[in-house]
Amino acid sequence: MKRDKIIHAALTIVALSAISSLALITVFVFKEGLPIILRVGVKNFFLSGDWYPSEGKFGILNMIVGSLVVTAGAIIIGAVFGLGCAIVLTQFAPRQLVVILKPAIEILAGIPSVVFGFIGVVVLVPLVRQYLGGPGLSILTASIVLGVMVLPTVTSISVDVIQAVPRSYRDGSIALGATRWQTTHMVIIKAAKSGIIAALILGMGRAIGETMAVIMVAGNALELPHSILDPVRTLTSNIALEMGYAAGDHRQALFATGVTLFVIIMILNTIALTISRRSAGKAAKK
Amino acid sequence: MKDNTKIIVDGFSAFYGQTEALKKIELSIFSQERLAIIGPSNSGKSTFLRSLNRLNDLHRHFSYTGKIVFDGKDIYDPQVNVPSLRRRIGMVYAVPAPLPCSIYDNIAYGPKVSGIRSRSQLDELVEFGLKNAFLWDEVKDRLHQPASNLSGGQQQRMCLARSLALQPEVLLLDEPCSGLDPISTAKIEDALLELKSSYAIVLVTNNTKQAARASDRTVFFLMGQLIEVGQTGQLFTTPADKRTEAYITGQFG
Amino acid sequence: MKITPATSQRFVVTILWLLTAITILVLLFIIVYILFHGIRNVTWSFLTESPRRMGRQGGVFPMIVGTIAVTGLAVLIAAPVGVLTTIFLTEYTRESKLTSVIRFGADCLAAIPSIIFGLFGFVFFVVVLGMGFSIISGALTLAIMVLPTIIRTSEEAIRAVPAVYREVSYGLGSTRWQMVTRVVLKSALPGIGTGIVLSIGRCVSETAAVMLTAGSALRMPYSPLESSRTLSLHFYILSREGISMQNAYATASVLIITILAINIIAYLLMRRLIAKVR
Repeated sequence: MKRDKIIHAALTIVALSAISSLALITVFVFKEGLPIILRVGVKNFFLSGDWYPSEGKFGILNMIVGSLVVTAGAIIIGAVFGLGCAIVLTQFAPRQLVVILKPAIEILAGIPSVVFGFIGVVVLVPLVRQYLGGPGLSILTASIVLGVMVLPTVTSISVDVIQAVPRSYRDGSIALGATRWQTTHMVIIKAAKSGIIAALILGMGRAIGETMAVIMVAGNALELPHSILDPVRTLTSNIALEMGYAAGDHRQALFATGVTLFVIIMILNTIALTISRRSAGKAAKK
Repeated sequence: MKDNTKIIVDGFSAFYGQTEALKKIELSIFSQERLAIIGPSNSGKSTFLRSLNRLNDLHRHFSYTGKIVFDGKDIYDPQVNVPSLRRRIGMVYAVPAPLPCSIYDNIAYGPKVSGIRSRSQLDELVEFGLKNAFLWDEVKDRLHQPASNLSGGQQQRMCLARSLALQPEVLLLDEPCSGLDPISTAKIEDALLELKSSYAIVLVTNNTKQAARASDRTVFFLMGQLIEVGQTGQLFTTPADKRTEAYITGQFG
Repeated sequence: MKITPATSQRFVVTILWLLTAITILVLLFIIVYILFHGIRNVTWSFLTESPRRMGRQGGVFPMIVGTIAVTGLAVLIAAPVGVLTTIFLTEYTRESKLTSVIRFGADCLAAIPSIIFGLFGFVFFVVVLGMGFSIISGALTLAIMVLPTIIRTSEEAIRAVPAVYREVSYGLGSTRWQMVTRVVLKSALPGIGTGIVLSIGRCVSETAAVMLTAGSALRMPYSPLESSRTLSLHFYILSREGISMQNAYATASVLIITILAINIIAYLLMRRLIAKVR
């Protein structure tokens, strides 16, 4: 019995240390970044596109736009291909093929972001530059690269969600004479809708957080883009590019950028959680 | 008459949160007898059973008043070593619940966590448990196969063997034959008949006919109260309480 | 012309298969492209020599060592801490508002960009704690980065263990710790293992966070207090600075082969563990 108490105490210590280290990083980032937002002024920080650290100007609007636009493009590609793969994997592919396809998509998730960025630079950028114009380093290129990176996340979560749909839904629909595709889009997808949306939102979170690949293909220009062939700089790239030599206010402004990312991701996660909880509630009521 | 009282339940009430699930139960349980507990659902039968080996402690909002005395001590005394208690009062559940490992490992689990390490001792206890559950002959050549390969009836007997390997003093069975086919049910009832010479057996059942044929004394629970207890033959032919009669004759249930 | 359900199904399914095929082709393209350009330069000397002239010549041995050191240390810290924390949260505490908050926090932190961990690690470990650019700074940073993932995947794996197993274990006279180790952990091992392997993969691929904490020293590290460059960072620097495309491809090839190897080992390991648990 005493041994049990010792184990309990030891576990408590370990858990508390782990949780406090996670809390520490949250507190730290906010502590370093929040003051400068207040000092520069919330409007100036978020709504101004003037990022001139040497002059003390810290407006991240252009980078917010950059992040949003690239993420939007990425999620379109990630959704189309990711969902397509998920549907094929769960509804139309024979079991032997699934055994090959599923791990393959998971391997795609494991490829380092720098490799994606590299391929983007040596293959995609010249293609875009040659056939579509512009410098090649652009929103379009970044969206495509990010879309491919985000795809496995969308696929694997969607697969889980679709497989969680009760078998009886599918059987009922087929029994009524529907084809497999009709069953899929009218019954199963509808049932899995919230989970799929949650998957997309989580994919968005991943896209917004991506750094290295985006640095390599998005161009990193500080201006607002006018077309998808223009280069942009994202919030994450900004931090990575300037952290090495930033000091004082500049460094704090980068932390503030981190705070912005933190908050965006927390919001996205909350939305995803609320959606899945609401759908779980609906399912429970049935 | 020798004193073979195993458990004395003394004014025991059980609560889940605010709900009173058991109301001042008074009952004695003797060794070398099979005691059946009957009653409609939600009458507190399972709650009662699980209070006997303190399995109710796992429930978040469980509380109690009164005493349950086993071997001279109140089992709810804070000094009591609960794992040890559960080895002496074993339980078999309604749905066969084999652990995800081999038959041997399932049965050796109890002895292992009690501290027995010697392979030969474990082998002996596994054989003891299986023989007393009347399963040895059927599985002795495939002890190291997964327990999930067994049929429902065999799994349930394996669960019985699991408890027996700990050589308990009391055996609690919570509707052990629900969901089993008649042949498996008969095998388990036969096993209980053999086992009663060494153990006190408490059997909760929803099936009054099973209680009538497979027990020595019967208790009738209704809505958390102990209505009547008596020798099985007597209770089923001339019940003392009207409610007992109504339940036995199927007027409600 | 009326479009029958059968026709529309054929049409849609063809498109879906096309999407899937394109996805797989992209994956294959990436792997083949890198390996095609790089494998010829992945020689034994490449793997065992140190780089010369900023990486224009020589090999990547110190980077391999650095990657193993940073990743190994990070997972060695994060895995036990993460699993034990999860055990504490799931088996030793009751479900409450606090545990929901912790779970939400872990979910968020699992999604936070690695660059923010790099920021934190830089200021906290490198500067404030004075560890400087070093393997230990990098390992601690990566450990905190993968901790939430390990906690979440472990929690899912542990919650998937049927409640009845726990009751059975208690009923047979086990203590809580015995139940946790002999029943719950044994059953949850495949899921927990997957989470840990995922984290290993994440650490090996990580660039932004190590850039700011482990530094980018080219020489061979002889202690965890020294700075070291990981394979992915080396690849990034080689390609971005245009130092040597040849070596860049070769480094990338080593990276890809390592990741593939990790995935395959994980897959085989999981199959073995799942079979054992049955």
